[in-house]
Amino acid sequence: MKLPAWRNWSQVARRDLQFALLSLVLLAAVVLKYPAFAAPDNLAGVLDDTGILVMLALGQMLVILVRGVDLSVAANLALCGMLAALFNREFPDAGVLPVLLLTLVAGGLLGAFNGILVWKLRLPPIVVTLGTMSIYRGVIYLLSHGSWVNENEMSADFLGFTRAHFLGLSTLTWLALACAVLFIVALRRLPAARNLYAAGGNPEAAAYAGIEAGRMQFRAYVVCGAIAGLAGYLWVARFAVAYTDIALGFELQVIAACLIGGVAITGGAGSALGVVLGCLFLGIIRSSLPLVGISAFWQMFINGIVILAAVLLSARPQHRPRATLEAPR
Amino acid sequence: MIAALLRRWESMLVLVLLLGFTLFSLSSPYFLSVDTLSDATFNFTERALVALPLALLIIAGEIDISVAGIIALASVAMGLAAEQGAGTGVIAAVGLGTGLVAGCINGALITLGRVPAIVATIGTMTLFRGIAYAVLGDRVLKNYPESFSAFGQGYLFGPVSNELALFAVMAVVVGLFLHATRWGRVVYAIGANAVATRFAGIPVDRYRFALFALTGLASGMAAVLLTSRLGSTRPSIAQGWELEIISIVILGGVSVWGGKGSIFGVVLAALVFGLVTFGLGLMNIPGIVMSIFTGALLILVVAVPALAQRR
Repeated sequence: MKLPAWRNWSQVARRDLQFALLSLVLLAAVVLKYPAFAAPDNLAGVLDDTGILVMLALGQMLVILVRGVDLSVAANLALCGMLAALFNREFPDAGVLPVLLLTLVAGGLLGAFNGILVWKLRLPPIVVTLGTMSIYRGVIYLLSHGSWVNENEMSADFLGFTRAHFLGLSTLTWLALACAVLFIVALRRLPAARNLYAAGGNPEAAAYAGIEAGRMQFRAYVVCGAIAGLAGYLWVARFAVAYTDIALGFELQVIAACLIGGVAITGGAGSALGVVLGCLFLGIIRSSLPLVGISAFWQMFINGIVILAAVLLSARPQHRPRATLEAPR
Repeated sequence: MIAALLRRWESMLVLVLLLGFTLFSLSSPYFLSVDTLSDATFNFTERALVALPLALLIIAGEIDISVAGIIALASVAMGLAAEQGAGTGVIAAVGLGTGLVAGCINGALITLGRVPAIVATIGTMTLFRGIAYAVLGDRVLKNYPESFSAFGQGYLFGPVSNELALFAVMAVVVGLFLHATRWGRVVYAIGANAVATRFAGIPVDRYRFALFALTGLASGMAAVLLTSRLGSTRPSIAQGWELEIISIVILGGVSVWGGKGSIFGVVLAALVFGLVTFGLGLMNIPGIVMSIFTGALLILVVAVPALAQRR
């Protein structure tokens, strides 16, 4: 197979390749200093730690593509995780399949609530999801009466699903991988997914092409919500505990991963591969910190630096068109 | 004329205030006393102080999500200064200075770096609080001198706390700035159409920078008050406040699309916020359940005008 010349690559593809190389350099640097990091078990652990972030970031990416943002993903995750835990406590013998369906549907409905407000009432996404974030968290408390669901109240099936290993990788990793492949292929090939780019890139032009931007936003929120719901079960099963505050503030890490992965906050641009790379980049940093002897308290600081570096680097080339007076925002 | 008054957002807020007031004084005998109400003001004064300049920013079509991060950073800086044996005046100056510098960093990222405000301030929010965590870890700083507690715990006269007095003064100053000066008109103009404003020969970016710096300074001020009131600094101080502060601004009728809003509305919204959190607290409703009310209120506030427009 002959690859096209470098200058003919799309800007997005170039960025993804550069970023992949950067991630490899980071990985190589860590491995050179600490060879134990390259042990298969350790790498599988890194993937397992990053899996949920990958899934959430892919869902979030769809929403950002259509000029939205979903601040309620972590609250959605926590609510669906609590639902899953409570369902499992009531019906311990029901198995995993009903739990998976329950969380997907519940998460999708929570996402649809965001989506309908954004689509039908044209409310600003940031305000809507800020509001639902508070509401969903509050509802968890009402459901659980503030109590915790602990490991001894979870059935073996419920806990075992995420931890089972196949070919050395956990179910969680395989699920994330499946999501990644699905998104990468679909966002390139599937017309329904391409419509998201059209609606986010230029809603007016998309309308003339028969694509309703609001409907695309609604769909993006539903998919993002369903993924967050599923991730809720995975989170609760993996950490073997459910309570009101799980994944508190995680929405910002998810958005950060998207930004680092090159998704434009203004909508219409970004690749699924870039988002996956962004998550892995953060995952490698997080899991190598203890090795390098840096306290976990530095994690947030490093995240901040990485986000700012990523957005500053990607903001530069965009501001030429009318930039002498005013950059388009 | 009455119809026009009723259609104003501020009138709705006044109604909500009166309704809440009546409801809570009927449901709890402890509600309607000067001491209780004076205590209750601490629920909102620090947040509301930041909401004032943030309202200007949002009217100008920008946003700052890093305000709570700035509060944490400024509080840590003050804690370190206190550990070095600095006096009360120096500590307060360190807090204000840190806030101002952090605000300038935001302003520079947005005007020089050309990064959209929401992205830039998500980054600096993480960075500022990240520094607080990196510096403090699980330590607590509490070597504040005795006299430092005056800012957040002292009273100017009678039941009026220093915090409340400062908020009132700032509300008047910011209100006059926005509604009675040429600069205030420019803030509206930028929010309504930044490109047209630039074509009118107004240095739009200079205004943006100044507004971010001002918001940083106010966050530093809030940090002084909050740290003084609590008497200690942890890196998790003011966690989640950015959302509550933004909620106050939007509840006050400021349009997230920019170009619309009033300081009077924001002040009323701060009172509503304080009343609701305090009143529900009196009724023993836990904070997390209150978040359902604040979340629903936030959505209703933007949904009602949107629904009305669809007719």
